[in-house]
Amino acid sequence: MKKDIILSGVGGQGILSIATIIGYAAVENEMFLKQAEVHGMSQRGGDVQSHLRISDNKIYSDLIAEGKADLIIAVEPMEALRYLPYLCTDGWMITNTKPYINIPNYPDIESVIAKIDEQPKKVSLDADMIAKEIGTVKCMNMVMLGAASPYLDLPVEKLKEGIRTVFGRKGEKIVNMNLEAFDSGRKAAENK
Amino acid sequence: MKKLVLLGNEAIAQGAIDSGLSGAFGYPGTPSTEIIEYIQRSPEAEERKIHKIWSANEKTAMEEALGMSYAGKRVLVTMKHVGLNVAADAFMNSALTGANGGIIVAVADDPSMHSSQNEQDSRVYGKFAMMNILEPSNQQEAYDMQRYGFELSEKFNLPVLLRITTRLSHSRADVVRGELLSENKLSMPKDPNQFMLLPAFARVKYKKLLALQPEYDKVSEESPFNNFTDGKDKSVGIIACGLAYNYLMENYQDNECLHPILKISHYPIPRKMVEKITSECDSILVLEEGMPLIEEMLKGYLGNPLNIKGRLDGTVPRDGELNPTIVRKALGLGQFKSNPIPEIVEKRPPALCRGCPHIDSYKALNTSLEKYGKGHVFSDIGCYTLGFLPPYNAISTCVDMGASITMAVGAASAGLFPSVAVIGDSTFGHSGLTGLLDAVTHKSNVVIIIVDNDTTAMTGMQDSVVTGMIEDICEGIGVEKEHIRIFNPLPNKHDENVKIIEEEINYNGVSVIIPRRPCIHVIGKNKKAGGKK
Ligand SMILES: Cc1ncc(C[n+]2csc(CCOP(=O)(O)OP(=O)(O)O)c2C)c(N)n1
Ligand code: SF4
Repeated sequence: MKKDIILSGVGGQGILSIATIIGYAAVENEMFLKQAEVHGMSQRGGDVQSHLRISDNKIYSDLIAEGKADLIIAVEPMEALRYLPYLCTDGWMITNTKPYINIPNYPDIESVIAKIDEQPKKVSLDADMIAKEIGTVKCMNMVMLGAASPYLDLPVEKLKEGIRTVFGRKGEKIVNMNLEAFDSGRKAAENK
Repeated sequence: MKKLVLLGNEAIAQGAIDSGLSGAFGYPGTPSTEIIEYIQRSPEAEERKIHKIWSANEKTAMEEALGMSYAGKRVLVTMKHVGLNVAADAFMNSALTGANGGIIVAVADDPSMHSSQNEQDSRVYGKFAMMNILEPSNQQEAYDMQRYGFELSEKFNLPVLLRITTRLSHSRADVVRGELLSENKLSMPKDPNQFMLLPAFARVKYKKLLALQPEYDKVSEESPFNNFTDGKDKSVGIIACGLAYNYLMENYQDNECLHPILKISHYPIPRKMVEKITSECDSILVLEEGMPLIEEMLKGYLGNPLNIKGRLDGTVPRDGELNPTIVRKALGLGQFKSNPIPEIVEKRPPALCRGCPHIDSYKALNTSLEKYGKGHVFSDIGCYTLGFLPPYNAISTCVDMGASITMAVGAASAGLFPSVAVIGDSTFGHSGLTGLLDAVTHKSNVVIIIVDNDTTAMTGMQDSVVTGMIEDICEGIGVEKEHIRIFNPLPNKHDENVKIIEEEINYNGVSVIIPRRPCIHVIGKNKKAGGKK
C-alpha cells in the first residue's frame, strides 16, 4: 500500500496534528513514512502544507511530485485548490468548506466552493460547524481527519490510538472530545 | 533498537547526542532551529548536562564551540546559512587552528528563500575554508553522519561542515539509532600552540592545511556516503548530491535507472569517481541543491569539452530548490497529468498576528512620522519586518541582522532627518549593541526603537538573551538615561506613545525607545526549556 497525501491549510490551523496521527498509524502498521512540514515565516498566518507519504516500500523523496498525490486533505477551502497541481487525476479532495479570511482580497466563497464541486472525487463539509457542535472549533482538524479516514486504508483503531497519543497529555476530556470529532467527521463523510 | 520518527534536524541532534556530544552552541534561524531545540528537550542531554543554551549570535556560538573543542570535547554548532556569514571570521580561521575535540558545524541552507533573505550555498564556504563537507540525503544519513563527522574531525584535527537544506531539516522519517558513545575526557591540545594564529604560526598551519588536501581526496573517495552505481546507458551519467539523490531515485521507483549514477554526500568531490563517470559517459547531468558548485568545477573557466547539463545551461532552473518534478523534467521523462491552480486562488502571505504588539508600535510610529513622508525607517529581521506590508507600510529596509541601527547612523550622517531604526530584542542582542556604540560615539541624530516582545518570535519563541537587560545595556553603552524611553504598545495608549516618539525625534542625539509588551503567543505559556529562566 502506498498513499501520497497533501495536507493544507493556514498557519495555526493544526494540520501538523493530522499529519502526526496518520504518521503514527502508518508506522504502527509497519509502513515507511516521510513527512515534509513547513516551519518558519509562513506559520504566521500564511499558507502551509505538509507532504505526507506512507508506503510499504522504501520512500525516497520527501516531496510529492506534481500529479502524484492520491489525496488532498485541506482544513480550508481555498487552500484545497492551491495544491490541485499535485493531485493525480483520479485523486480525492477532502476539504473543509469554512473559509479562513485573513487577506483583504479573499475570493468570493461561492466561486471557491463551485471550483471544489467541479472535482470528480471530493468530500466537502463544514468541519468548523461540526466541531463547534461538539464543543470547540479547535477540534476541527480531527473532524477533517475523520472525514479523510475512509480514504486512508489505515485501521481506524490505529488512527484513534494516534489521537490518544497526541492529545493524551492534555487529559481525558480533550482526548474524548477529539475522538468524538473524529467519529463525527467520519460519519459526515460516509453520508456524503 | 526501536525506530524513531525524526525531522532531519532532530536526527542530527539525536545523532550528535549518541556520538559523545558535550555541547551544542547556536543561534536560532529557520531552517536550523530544531537541532538545538531537540537537544534542549532531550532527557539524555539534560542528564548528561550537555551545554544547550542559545548563544547571542552565530559568531559567539562558533567561538564558544572552538573553546569547547580546545578542552577536548565534542561540540556541535548550528545556524542558518546567513548565520555563517556572521560566524565567518571564526569559521574560516578554525580551518587553521583546527579542532582538538571534534567539531561539526551544522548549517541549514534555505534554497527558494522560504524564510530567508538569500539562498547562498554553504558548500561554497566549506570549499573556501578547505574543510570536509557532509551533505546528508536523508534522515538516517543525517543521524549517521554525526558519529562519522566527529571521527573525521578528530582524525584530521579539523572542523567538519555539515550542510543540510530546508526540506531535509523539516521532513520526518524513521531513523535507527546506533551504538552510544561516551563523551571525551577534558584534555588540552597536544600542541599548546594549536590555537595560536600569530602570522608565524598561521603560515605554518596554512601549509599544513594545504598538504592535507590529497588525504582528503582519499577519504572522500572511500567515504560510505559517496557511491557509484553503474548503468548500461552511457549517453548520460548523473551526478546527484545530497537531497537531489532522493529526487532522482524517486523517478526510478518503479523502473530501474539505466544511467550510471554518482551520489555525492561527502566533499571534496571524489575525484576518481568523477573521472570515471565523466570519461565513460557522453554527457553529464548534475543535480545539486543550491548553487551550481560541482557543475562549475566540472566545466572549468573555459567550459571544457565535456557535455555538462545542469543549472548553468538551463536543464535545471538556475535558482530555487529542486523537487521531484523539476528533476523529472531534467531527466527528460514525461510529466504526470494534473490540473493547474484555479485562477481565483489568491496569495496568502504571512502577516502580523491579530493583537501583536508590533502593530501598535507601528501605528504610533506612522502617526509620528506622517509629516516627514515615507522612507525614514530602517528596519531589521524578525516578525516586525512584516510591518513593511500593508496596511502598515511602516518600514523601508531589511538587509541583515543589526543593519537597522547602523544604516540609520549612516543615513543620519548623510543628513537624513529623521533617521529611525526599528529592531527586535533578540536581533538587538544578536548584533545591535555594536551599532548602538557607533551611534553613541558618532553622536548620531537617530531614534532607535527596540521592539521588546520578550522573545525571539519569528523563529518560534526562543529565549532572547537580552530580556530584562535592555535599558541597562543602552545606558552602559552611553545613551543618556532621559533619552531611554519605554512605552506599552496598546491601542488605548496610542496618543501618549506618539508623543514620546515625537519628543525623541526632536531631540538631537541618540534616543532609544523601547515599546514593551509580550508576543501574544508568549503570554501565559511557559517558554521552551533550555534558556535562562
Ligand atoms: C544572521 C541571521 N541569523 C538568524 C536569522 C534568523 N532570524 C530571523 S528573525 C530572527 C529573530 C528575531 O527576533 P526578534 O528580533 O526578537 O524579533 P521578533 O521576531 O520577536 O519580533 C531570527 C533569529 C537571520 N535571519 N539571520
Ligand atoms: S508571533 Fe508574536 S511577535 Fe510575531 S506576529 Fe505574532 S504576535 Fe507578533
